[in-house]
Amino acid sequence: MQVLADANLRLDASPIDYIELAFYFVLVLGIGYFARRQVSSSLDFFLSGRSLPAWVTGLAFISANLGAIEVMGMSANGAEYGLPTAHYFWIGAIPAMLFLGVVMMPFYYGSKVRSVPEFMLRRFGPTAHWVNGASFALAQILIAGANLYLLASVVNLLLGWPIWVSIIVAALIVLTYTALGGLSAAIYNEVLQFFVILAALIPLTIVGLYKVGGWEGLIDKVTNSPGGAAQTHSWPGNQLTGFGSNFLSVLGLVFGLGFVLSFGYWTTNFVEVQRAMASKSMSAARRTPIIGSFPKMFIPFVVIIPGMVAAVTVTELQGANKQALLDGKPAPSGATFNDALLLLMRDVLPNGILGVAIAGLLASFMAGMAANLSSFNTVFTYDIFQTYLVKNRPDRFYLSTGRVVTMVATVLAIFTAFIASSYSNLMDYLQTLFSFFNAPLFATFILGMFWKRMTKAAGWSGLVFGTAAAVVVFVLNESGTIVLPGQGSSFVAAIAAFVVDIVVSVAVTYATKPKPDSELVGLVYSLTPRESLRHATTGEDAGWYRKPVLLAGIAAVITILLNFAF
Amino acid sequence: MATEPTSRPRKAGAFDIRMIIALLTGVYGVILTVMGVAFYTEADRVKAAGVNINLWAGIALLIFTALMVLWARLRPIAVPAQSEEPAE
Repeated sequence: MQVLADANLRLDASPIDYIELAFYFVLVLGIGYFARRQVSSSLDFFLSGRSLPAWVTGLAFISANLGAIEVMGMSANGAEYGLPTAHYFWIGAIPAMLFLGVVMMPFYYGSKVRSVPEFMLRRFGPTAHWVNGASFALAQILIAGANLYLLASVVNLLLGWPIWVSIIVAALIVLTYTALGGLSAAIYNEVLQFFVILAALIPLTIVGLYKVGGWEGLIDKVTNSPGGAAQTHSWPGNQLTGFGSNFLSVLGLVFGLGFVLSFGYWTTNFVEVQRAMASKSMSAARRTPIIGSFPKMFIPFVVIIPGMVAAVTVTELQGANKQALLDGKPAPSGATFNDALLLLMRDVLPNGILGVAIAGLLASFMAGMAANLSSFNTVFTYDIFQTYLVKNRPDRFYLSTGRVVTMVATVLAIFTAFIASSYSNLMDYLQTLFSFFNAPLFATFILGMFWKRMTKAAGWSGLVFGTAAAVVVFVLNESGTIVLPGQGSSFVAAIAAFVVDIVVSVAVTYATKPKPDSELVGLVYSLTPRESLRHATTGEDAGWYRKPVLLAGIAAVITILLNFAF
Repeated sequence: MATEPTSRPRKAGAFDIRMIIALLTGVYGVILTVMGVAFYTEADRVKAAGVNINLWAGIALLIFTALMVLWARLRPIAVPAQSEEPAE
């Protein structure tokens, strides 16, 4: 993971910036301490006692995803591809988030399962449960380690701390608040992080735009830079997908990114769904992803625009350097697109706001890791430990198990962070592979929720073969049998996984015996009483602005308008 | 546990995430505003393309803080009476 090259990224932090940073960390730990007082059962620890208001879980829903990879990666994509990067937000997130809130959340929240794998268990039995739970838990540990390593390498570059010191200090801080306060502490910190990162990115965007002469100036400069005018419009995004034909590019974006990849990620990834499950009512749970979609649609402006500005103003990235990087060669300056955000911060932010920006970045890395840890310990404790290893103990036992698991997970994440620091490419591949688990999951879930005949064996075999299909496409692309330069290969892999999963599931279903209807109530649409899918519309759930479907409609309209405007 | 049942829902007090957000943005707002007014240098001006970004960001954060506090004051968190909250 050669994230940050050897370009001079040392930020000129002054004491005032350090004070701001320190103050942020005091609050982060304070939240852990206060949240601890609310934890008295395992449900409090793992699902915040299902008691949080929708705006809190909605912002946490966004923040859990707004980690290192998102902020640095999407500004890097902005520098490399320009505005088409917005597809990762508009096509690649919003529709799936709305779908989760409108269609799927009633099953998740209504069936009272405590995790996504637990839904698998009730619908498809132990084999699918085990496949899903174990792959998810493993992926979370690896991703937590990757987040931790990114955090440490940024601290190392910005402030000059040795990598291993930063890894351990950051891990201890995250451990302290997640082990104390459980999911509540993680979620509250995610909400806090959301505002800090905005306080960092909005000024950066504004100053960046001033620097290039406003929006017109930016369009002008990007048009005249390597990459050209295609980078100033979101569609058709050929550079991003790697497809030469506009039609295939649009098709790849809509089906690969927009349908399979994003639905797989947003609707079945427990890191996200857990935030919605922590809310206090069915209505709030459905509103969680929908409320999250409103900030989500504007985040590209504060992430992609700084990236685009960096690519045309920062000495190390503009002109010949950008051309070299676009051609897949190292830039003469030694910088990479991943440095875009940091380089722009270095160039345009004076002391004072610089401290806020550093706090925002570190906050986003830590929140990403905390999200991985808090979903890992839930899945591990409920779905692996309580279901298969040590059953039928009092609740208090599982609460303390959760705390111990958090500690063990942190130690494991420190290890994976060290692995990431020495085998950088390996971690990249692993993360790509884990992203493939999501694509077939969505196919299995959606079939399972709407087709009551689908059998247990179809559940796990669809997953296994779907994942295998994605891996085959990935390997073919890596070995050069098929060539798609941009992000197109992952879109194709996702589509392959989805199609294979459906085909295998249907074939296996007709060869095996279905579960009796009585075991599927609450899990399959046609067998669930309409009453239990509905949410209350009184009290704290009253009012038109709390109607999930109406809110989703508004979000969809704004997103479509954004696509026309850019 | 409670000695007398209270009909009035209790407020969650200091642990309202909105107040913690306000605390953070408020402190940042004050620091940035002071930096922008009292320590604004020519170097800062050149760096940020002529914008006194500390001052503007500071003012924006203070306005945001005020709105957050206002919201928390107008709609305090009500702890439901029937829930088994540990007494403070």
